[in-house]
Amino acid sequence: MAQYGILIYSPAPADPTDLPPDYLELLDRYPAQVEELGGRIVTGFALQPSTTATTIRGGVVTDGPFVEVKEVVAGFFVLEAPDLDVALRIAKLNPATRNGAVEVRPLFVPPAE
Amino acid sequence: MSTAGGVSTTAVERAVVDAHRREWAFVLAATARVAGDFDLAEECVQEAYVSALDAWARDGIPRKPGAWLTATAKRKALDVLRRERVFRTKLPLLVEREGAEMDEADEDAVPDDRLRLVFTCCHPALAQEAQVALTMRLVCGISTGDIAKAFLVSEHTMAARLTRAKKKISAARIPYRVPGASELPERLDAVLTVIHLLYTTGHTAPSGTDLVRADLVDRALSLTRMLLSLMPDEPEVRGLLALLLVTDARRATRTDPAGRLLVLEEQDRTAWDRAAIEEGRRLVVGAFRTGRVGRYALQAAIASLHAEAESYADTDWRQVLGLYDELLKVWPSPVVALNRTVALSMVRGPQAALDELELLARDDRLAGYRYLPAIRADLLRRLGRHDEAAAAYRAALDLTDNAAEREFLAARLAAAVDSGSGRSSGG
Repeated sequence: MAQYGILIYSPAPADPTDLPPDYLELLDRYPAQVEELGGRIVTGFALQPSTTATTIRGGVVTDGPFVEVKEVVAGFFVLEAPDLDVALRIAKLNPATRNGAVEVRPLFVPPAE
Repeated sequence: MSTAGGVSTTAVERAVVDAHRREWAFVLAATARVAGDFDLAEECVQEAYVSALDAWARDGIPRKPGAWLTATAKRKALDVLRRERVFRTKLPLLVEREGAEMDEADEDAVPDDRLRLVFTCCHPALAQEAQVALTMRLVCGISTGDIAKAFLVSEHTMAARLTRAKKKISAARIPYRVPGASELPERLDAVLTVIHLLYTTGHTAPSGTDLVRADLVDRALSLTRMLLSLMPDEPEVRGLLALLLVTDARRATRTDPAGRLLVLEEQDRTAWDRAAIEEGRRLVVGAFRTGRVGRYALQAAIASLHAEAESYADTDWRQVLGLYDELLKVWPSPVVALNRTVALSMVRGPQAALDELELLARDDRLAGYRYLPAIRADLLRRLGRHDEAAAAYRAALDLTDNAAEREFLAARLAAAVDSGSGRSSGG
């Protein structure tokens, strides 16, 4: 089994309390679909809207996410799946793909010495 | 010429070169499964070919060179793995997922390792340029330097591209397997696109040395033949082979002895490769018989109609147009719609085609596409609107880099200017 970080991008400010009912409904069904496709969600988090973010670059502290873009990270989860094909099938079913995007990145496992 | 064990050095060298061309994909695909890593597999396969030179001179050329090379490369891979066991177990390996929970019934259908190799190289999670490079390196066994030459980039750039792609395969665990039935059509399309790109890179030759380019065409053809032997029931594989064969049958007649480009209308039809055209035709018929024709079979059918016609005018344009209508349904591309206007002009006349072309010209995706003004120019020329034709030829010239095509357009431009305002205003 491999582990992937699944990064969810949604239109800014990606407020989780503002999600439309049909999105929430799809989200409710999601964990069961993940299991069905052969994956397992190890852990996952939704983030507060990007308006609550604070960015530090060098020594400078600024209000907001680190770049101003139309889409921001809305949350992430760690997925366990046998291979990329399964991980992609699971990512495709995430409702965020409809008006945002979902990025699948393998987790880095440091090589033994 | 030195001999050892009764086999001459040249005969051995010839056998090794031959086995490299014919068996590379087979040997590498099987070794990759044992090695669990493309870099290690490549290394071991290279070494197996090198050791073949001595071993075959000493013991004779084996009856099945591919099996000998595979056994040798696999043994080398296992040796390395044993030596580096502790270290290697921590590295991500190629994932096979044999008999896993999804699509298990379909996976048994195609056991040849070469298919796994092809589908892994053309995985949609890899950029298309990486897919092409990996296919050339791992499936065709072409050296990194030659691949770089074919795509006009430095060897360093191509090596970096290959390394990045192989690293992604292992880090992201792109599986080493043939996709299941539900994904097969889409995944097969990616494979066929890569082979077709390989072919057109060789066929259209934007620049580069002729030798490398002709080799690309041959590689694309043999790759498609290999794919067809592994997937004999896929109509689109037949379609692609037919398309390549029929297009390539005209290779010798596409330019005149001076290297000037000849359009279909001007080509010497008696010099076309009839055997290739006939083989292509049989493949098209076979593909259509399955009732599951896709874009490659349809394009091949169109190419076949052209190839079989006695002359340009004698072409069955009505059927060509009908096939273009079908092609647009399965592949709604603006380029296909544009090419369809040429057939339309032969069935309903240049004015009807020009009307259609002006509608298509509003599609942003055709902006900067050199064949749009070129076809517009030809239709205007046939309508006797020479000044407008001249303007369109100039627009086409602005977009064309290929020397042979530029020369053709310049000649047509000169003819249009000649027949243009100066003369027609008087009449």
